[in-house]
Amino acid sequence: MNLLESNIRHLVRFTLNGAQVEGYAEPRLLLTDFLRHELGATGTHVGCEHGVCGACTILLDGRAVRSCLMLAVQAEGAAIETIEGLAHEDGGFSPLQQAFHENFALQCGYCTPGILMSMTEYLRDNPNPTKKEVRVALSGNLCRCTGYHEIVNAILDAAKALREEDGASS
Amino acid sequence: MTDFAMPEQVQPPNKHVGRRTLRRENLALLTGKGEFVDDLPVKPGTLHAAFLRSPHPHAEIVSIDCSALKMSGVHAVVTGKDLAERTDPMLVGFQNPIDYYGMATDRVRYMGEPVAAVAATDRYLAEDAVEAIKVEYRPLAAVVDPLQALAPDAPLLHPRADSNCVSTRHFIHGAPEEAFAQADHGATLTIRYPRNSITPMETYAVVAEAVAETGGFDVLSNFQGPFSLHPVMTRALRVRSNALRLRSPKNSGGSFGSKLTIFPYIVVLCVLAGKAKRPVKWIEDRLEHLSAASSAANRVTKIEAAYTEAGKVTALRLTHWDDNGAYLRAPMPAPLYRMHGVSTNGYDIRNLEVTNHVVVTNKCPSGAVRGFGGPQLYFAVERMMQKVASELGMDPLELVRRNLIRPEQFPYQAIAGALLDSGNYQRVIEEASAAGDLDRLKQRKQAALQAGKLYGVGYAACVEPSQSNMGYISTLKTGDERRRTGPKDGAVASVTVSVDATGSVNVVGDSVPQGQGHQTVLAQVVADQLGLTPDDITVALDTDTAKDGWSLAAGNYSNRFSPASVSAAHLAAERVRKKMAGIAATMLNAPAEDLRFKNGKILAAHNPDNAVPFYRVGGLAHWSPSSLPEGMDPGIRETAMWSAPELTPTSAKDEINTSLAYGFGFDFCGVEIDSATGVVRIDQYATAHDCGTILNPGMAEGQIRGSWASGIGATFYEEFAYGEDGSFLSGTFADYLVPSACEVPEFQLVHPTPTPSPYTRLGAKGIAEGNQYTTPACIANAVADALGFEDVLLPLAPAKVLAWIQSSERPPAEGTAPAKAEEGKPRIEGSGEVQVSATPESVWDIFLDPQQMAKIIPGCDRLEAVGDNRFRGDVMLGVGPIKGLFEVRLDLTDLDKPRSAKLVGSAAGPLGSSSGAGFFNLKPMEGFATLVEYSYSIQLSGKVAAVGGRLLHGAARQLIERFMAALARQAGGDVAAEVQSTWRALGRRLLAWLGGAR
Repeated sequence: MNLLESNIRHLVRFTLNGAQVEGYAEPRLLLTDFLRHELGATGTHVGCEHGVCGACTILLDGRAVRSCLMLAVQAEGAAIETIEGLAHEDGGFSPLQQAFHENFALQCGYCTPGILMSMTEYLRDNPNPTKKEVRVALSGNLCRCTGYHEIVNAILDAAKALREEDGASS
Repeated sequence: MTDFAMPEQVQPPNKHVGRRTLRRENLALLTGKGEFVDDLPVKPGTLHAAFLRSPHPHAEIVSIDCSALKMSGVHAVVTGKDLAERTDPMLVGFQNPIDYYGMATDRVRYMGEPVAAVAATDRYLAEDAVEAIKVEYRPLAAVVDPLQALAPDAPLLHPRADSNCVSTRHFIHGAPEEAFAQADHGATLTIRYPRNSITPMETYAVVAEAVAETGGFDVLSNFQGPFSLHPVMTRALRVRSNALRLRSPKNSGGSFGSKLTIFPYIVVLCVLAGKAKRPVKWIEDRLEHLSAASSAANRVTKIEAAYTEAGKVTALRLTHWDDNGAYLRAPMPAPLYRMHGVSTNGYDIRNLEVTNHVVVTNKCPSGAVRGFGGPQLYFAVERMMQKVASELGMDPLELVRRNLIRPEQFPYQAIAGALLDSGNYQRVIEEASAAGDLDRLKQRKQAALQAGKLYGVGYAACVEPSQSNMGYISTLKTGDERRRTGPKDGAVASVTVSVDATGSVNVVGDSVPQGQGHQTVLAQVVADQLGLTPDDITVALDTDTAKDGWSLAAGNYSNRFSPASVSAAHLAAERVRKKMAGIAATMLNAPAEDLRFKNGKILAAHNPDNAVPFYRVGGLAHWSPSSLPEGMDPGIRETAMWSAPELTPTSAKDEINTSLAYGFGFDFCGVEIDSATGVVRIDQYATAHDCGTILNPGMAEGQIRGSWASGIGATFYEEFAYGEDGSFLSGTFADYLVPSACEVPEFQLVHPTPTPSPYTRLGAKGIAEGNQYTTPACIANAVADALGFEDVLLPLAPAKVLAWIQSSERPPAEGTAPAKAEEGKPRIEGSGEVQVSATPESVWDIFLDPQQMAKIIPGCDRLEAVGDNRFRGDVMLGVGPIKGLFEVRLDLTDLDKPRSAKLVGSAAGPLGSSSGAGFFNLKPMEGFATLVEYSYSIQLSGKVAAVGGRLLHGAARQLIERFMAALARQAGGDVAAEVQSTWRALGRRLLAWLGGAR
């Protein structure tokens, strides 16, 4: 493992939603702060900075992680996905975003980025979940506005839409 | 397969109000393009603030030493001294003996209270700087229980006060004394409602800048209003009202009342920005939010009821002790008074006595929380209804029905003054019972009881107030005081609707949304007025006091939007329509009153072909003022400032119509309690809400479901826990438990026949708070029913419920000592032994040599002798995720060389403080070896105690084991010496505390 000197900004490079990005970070800079304030990707939100609320969840090399519990320098060379990369190229909603929209599955929208990223991973690995399984999968993301009911419905709708999309393309 | 419970209600069918119009807000929020405060760019050179906060619940500040802040990047620091010099204490709605500046001046009064604020070039540096400030405190005894705070020997928080009770008001409505004397029966219950909040996912955020041209400040923040706090801030900052420009961005990450009490931080950060001569930005962290932002006041309520044998409640007597924490911040203690008019809930009770005690204790100051006084009040009233039914052997629902206001009585003036606008409470109960299948629930109860299970049924009803009368807080003044200060009443809402030169419609409003979807609803309302679609209309609800129409009531609180902002939008759009009809009348040669607005056209009702496009009419007002009817102003821009005449001031007899529109909610549930674990499981739950006209059922349902989830949180999980000594114990989301998707059960949402409000322009009432009131009371009533137990105390932690199952006796109803008083401060105890390959004499010498001790104390660089057997040093200690530098002081006493000694020590640092004592015995063993036996007991306060509850035990053990292993190395070089800790069970109290927190 490389030892990095403190108080010095080091070059950090990774791919963000498919595009190569780079910036400078002191070793102690959190990945959330790097994404938001160094790269300007403010879609990822900070809710607790101790790994419980899930608002800052991103995909790192395909797995959901809490970006508040990582240092920016640890992301060197990784492939990172955030909410900014979810929509289709033409700007249209992905099935997950569309399902959230139609189900009224968000209110203030602060927890939403983390939920969308957690569920992106989850539905990729579990294309046909039950309602109960969705609730368990969702339990790492706190939402204070909705009471989760519409979120659960949205995820089930999205799973169905993704399965149909998958069926149509194969 | 969207699955909605609430139907669309569109009347007539081509309108948009009542439709489940999808939220336009989502387009940005679902793609990461939201605009929250921390997402917005700031000016180059903006500094970042961090706060130094009190590790003590109560202490005098002896000195603050900022001399170490010469580090590069630090631009300014403010302490309480600066606030006392540059600002005036923040006003509260009544004369009181509290000087509150938003920052401690001479004394800290709760853990987490701001003591200093630093502005530096980035947040990381600012936090480094905070840790370099040295504060010397002289700790004082603390008090956290509102009744204990009133004891003659209780620590007094505010020296200018003669008691910790800073306001008492007594109200008589009707003739309660006579009613109690004449009643067949009476019942008494004492309720303790806990401290909680709804902790929004986004914390407080402020960017403050001093403005030279006005001598004032420009502030961007996620303040939610009410803007009646604006004059409080300008008075404190000693600036003209127009010199404090408050702006809020498009998005706010929830509030639930909490972001009202951001205003003291705005004042402090304005002072810091003034001193730094640069903009200063502050984003609160989660520990700061949980420990020091805001909490609903916990409350003790003694409720007495007089009732007849037939089950008619004839009088209520309510005595409240409202625990507001260390300071009162405006508009506190408003929750007591906001509900005053509906102290009798939805019941036809004509005699009422209320005594309000406003108490201060060493806890975070209170603030607004969704429900705003309702949860505390209705928990008491609804628990009492259940008790009365139980005493009479009557079905509780039958008792509720007999006492509810009857449909023909509306509008109904409650005895304390609320003018209940409309409702049919009996019908709501009928419809809810049928749709929610109450009969099945009763059968399930019978079956469960026959199977030997613990099963109970609970009910709760609530009147849900919306749009607060800005005058109600004056009820806490006496009639004489009110006469001197002049009347306060009404609640002004402001919306501007404009049509630009190409006919596009723009709406600006003062509702300061926190995620509810106001933009979408206002677009629906205005579209209906102007014959357009919501997509044609732009709605800007980011606020700016320098440009927008606003008044004292502006903001987002107490169910304000649906009655108030919607009425203002409706009125402003109606004015636009009338003006445009006047213009179109000349173009179409038809009377203005015969014109209709439809599908983007203005047309004659009797000859639809005689029409002109909407945009042409709008354009004319801008492009050709000379073509307008004579006397008409150019342009189209109408601002409605709307206030309802029903919101009258407090009467001479202290009657107050506290709100404008009152909805009705009714819940019932069945719970099964596991007699082995105390876990309460909701078997069936139904809730029904009549909130008048539904504006957008998607959003109305979202409000109910969100409120239900936080009602579940308050019932089962959420509590700001304090140790008896005032230590704050729930500083993370792993300690302050928020329900996740697994903890929020499904329930049945019943949509009853609505009764529109006659006092709001669209008949809409608020809907966002109902389940804050009903859910805790309903479930508590079911638990009381299942256990035959009266003193049901929230949150319903299994350990607590289990104790109730096991207690066969009913606890005394009055003046009971709080459960909290049983709990000790967080304490870590342990003992162990270690073999060291050295003689007792060699080990003894190590203990008394600061240089050798410095080597074996984990994290210690240097230890120096400061007297006989007294040492001090700096130690870097970490517990779980937090790590900090502590100043450690150690005294060795009771020396019995080379056999035993006592070690008394303390550690203090930015993360908190601890003190403790340890003993060691040195026993000689064969072969120049020594057995070191040790025991210790450590007490903690500050951040360590607040966030580390679950981690402390292991961390302390690790530290001591590392110390002992190092001792073994230092003494004999024998690293193999085995550390064998034998762990006594933690004190029962600590266990109880941990269990209680789960």
